[in-house]
Amino acid sequence: MIRISNVQKAFGSAIVLKGIDLTVEKGELVCLIGASGSGKSTLLQCINGLEPIQGGEILVDGISVHDPKTDINKLRQKLGIVFQQYNAFPHLTALENVALAPRVVAKRSRAEARALAQKNLEHVGLGDKGDSLPSQLSGGQQQRLAIARALAMQPSYMLFDEVTSALDPELVGEVLETMRLLKSEGMTMVVVTHDINFARESADRVAFLCQGEVCEIGTAEEVIDHPRKEQTQKFLRREQRKPLEIVRSSVA
Amino acid sequence: MIGMNGYQFYWSIVWDSLPLLLAGAWVTIQITILAFIVGTLIAMPMAVARQQGEGWAYRFSTWWVELSRNTPAVFQLYLFYFGLGAFHINIPSYAAVLIAVSFNNAGYMTEIFRGGLNAIPRQQLSASRSLGMTSPQSFIHVIFPQMFKVIFLAYVTQGIWGMLNTSLGMLVGLQELSGATQYAQSASFRTFEFFLVTALIYYLIAKGLQFSSQIAFRLIYRS
Amino acid sequence: MQFQFANQGLAWSDAYFLAQGLLNTVRLAAAATLVGTLAGIVLGWLRTVSVTVRIATAPIIDILRSVPMIIQLILANSLLSILGFGASPFWFGTVALGAWMSAVTAEVVRAGLLSVPVQYRKSARSLGMNGYQELLYISIPLAFRTALAPWIGLVLSLIKDSALAGVVGYIEYMRSTQILITRTHETWLLLMGAGLFYFLICYPVSRYSRHLERKVRV
Ligand SMILES: Nc1ncnc2c1ncn2[C@@H]1O[C@H](COP(=O)(O)OP(=O)(O)O)[C@@H](O)[C@H]1O
Ligand SMILES: [Mg+2]
Repeated sequence: MIRISNVQKAFGSAIVLKGIDLTVEKGELVCLIGASGSGKSTLLQCINGLEPIQGGEILVDGISVHDPKTDINKLRQKLGIVFQQYNAFPHLTALENVALAPRVVAKRSRAEARALAQKNLEHVGLGDKGDSLPSQLSGGQQQRLAIARALAMQPSYMLFDEVTSALDPELVGEVLETMRLLKSEGMTMVVVTHDINFARESADRVAFLCQGEVCEIGTAEEVIDHPRKEQTQKFLRREQRKPLEIVRSSVA
Repeated sequence: MIGMNGYQFYWSIVWDSLPLLLAGAWVTIQITILAFIVGTLIAMPMAVARQQGEGWAYRFSTWWVELSRNTPAVFQLYLFYFGLGAFHINIPSYAAVLIAVSFNNAGYMTEIFRGGLNAIPRQQLSASRSLGMTSPQSFIHVIFPQMFKVIFLAYVTQGIWGMLNTSLGMLVGLQELSGATQYAQSASFRTFEFFLVTALIYYLIAKGLQFSSQIAFRLIYRS
Repeated sequence: MQFQFANQGLAWSDAYFLAQGLLNTVRLAAAATLVGTLAGIVLGWLRTVSVTVRIATAPIIDILRSVPMIIQLILANSLLSILGFGASPFWFGTVALGAWMSAVTAEVVRAGLLSVPVQYRKSARSLGMNGYQELLYISIPLAFRTALAPWIGLVLSLIKDSALAGVVGYIEYMRSTQILITRTHETWLLLMGAGLFYFLICYPVSRYSRHLERKVRV
């Protein structure tokens, strides 16, 4: 379980998160939606300690992420994250991308790490791309590679930060398909997305972030189809009026 | 060898020679500026020729570029000083240093300019030609002004390298800053003190060139 | 050779003399490259991660780039003598060229490290790598790719600047050429030999560096 309580975060004098409360249960898929700049990416990066916080607490399976006594590198193995861009290490082949962390972080043998990598590549449908460099893969394949790389550490949670936003429209489907596959296997996921349709059909709960707070949270039906807050209604109206192309280019 | 404790630094003798050093610095500045201008004037047509990719002008400038960039500057100086001397063409060391540094500048600047030209859209040339300008007119009024803005930093850096290269004058008996220092210290053998002051003067000249070129950039491009 | 009379023509022993000069150039360039590169990598990394080091070393790097190599050689020579190091001309040359090399390499290393997109580093950390693992497996290999071509350019400059080590009494190739010119007056033959020597080393290397640069850009 991920328990986020009263998390505050600022970059210098700019306050980005003003006290976030959110709990993600085991096996749940929570979608985070919200305008560009509302702090969604920042929140994800706070969850696995890539960003320090100024107040509050984040507990992952009862362990405090920002406690200096916590072995953060060990804790991060429980939390896979995939970003919008620059995911696959460009100097390594697909197989090496996936095998690297099992080998150097989890201290598995070279052969073990490669076998594990191959298994995970196959899982995301890249079984035959092991020897390809990222530059030889499409954007969609690179994102699936990033998912396989995170899965190879056998995480309990997966965090996705607008992973389809930088992709050409025809490549979005394959990545969403992979995410649905993970969900069907019971993975606990936090997904930042601008894809309202994906949120509606896949999310157990949807949280709407605005001005550094969780404005509204509930099932997809509650938040997306019957939003109660005015900001949520305004945001959704704007999102739904936007043609897909603009949505993709405006995400930060 | 005298240990650190036994060595007395002795600065007043350098102070006494300061007029001599400053006279040398003035020669350094002269050659730096002249070689900068000459190098620029040669490099502009050579850069255009290098872009052509064929013909005698292309081959000529390619040779120049490769020779100036792939041999030591001191070799280039000896070529003009001793090399011409062997044909009984005895040029003064001032001219030899000026020619050598200009030669070196021109080679490096050609490549800098060529990079700048590549950054300018082809349509700019077509557009100015379509207005009825001749090819040289187009380059002078439209292409080069844009190019200099793009490559300004590398261009100034090359100018400063040219300044550093003038110190080779010392090796052919020219009393530019290094040569003058060499001469001034030879009576006292206070080598370290003299050359430390000289290093400082070089540093100040380099900073002065950098600073004044930044001001020139602001004035020219109003930014 | 010292005992030969002035104004004699070239002798076979002079070929040996030139070969020694050639070897000395290679020795000096190799030693200064090694020392300067290793020091430069450490300095460049420290300058990337520590603001204090960056501020403290900025003037030194600036000075090493704004003072002629010939002056740096003379200063290294006289300073090391004053400090009581009975060092050889080889070491004067290595110290001066190596100091310059470390300053400029540090800048190339820093630029290379800064060119690594922060997202790659975050990805690595998110997989549980610690800072050193991330540096070793991600940042260094990626920085290496961007830094290699400019670094080769620096080595070229160093090889060419090694031709100045004659001023501190080191008999490298250029200095031996000059000595023979003074004695034999075979000016053009010897100059052509020197030009060819440096050109044959530098030209292929600079071609390779430009090739790398194009490859990195695409
Ligand atoms: N590294 C950073 N330094 C300073 N400000 C940042 C940084 N990262 C994000 N921000 C700011 O924090 C706010 C939230 O950013 P982000 O979390 O990326 O929003 P979202 O992902 O919802 O679009 C923005 O105003 C952004 O400018
Ligand atoms: Mg974002």
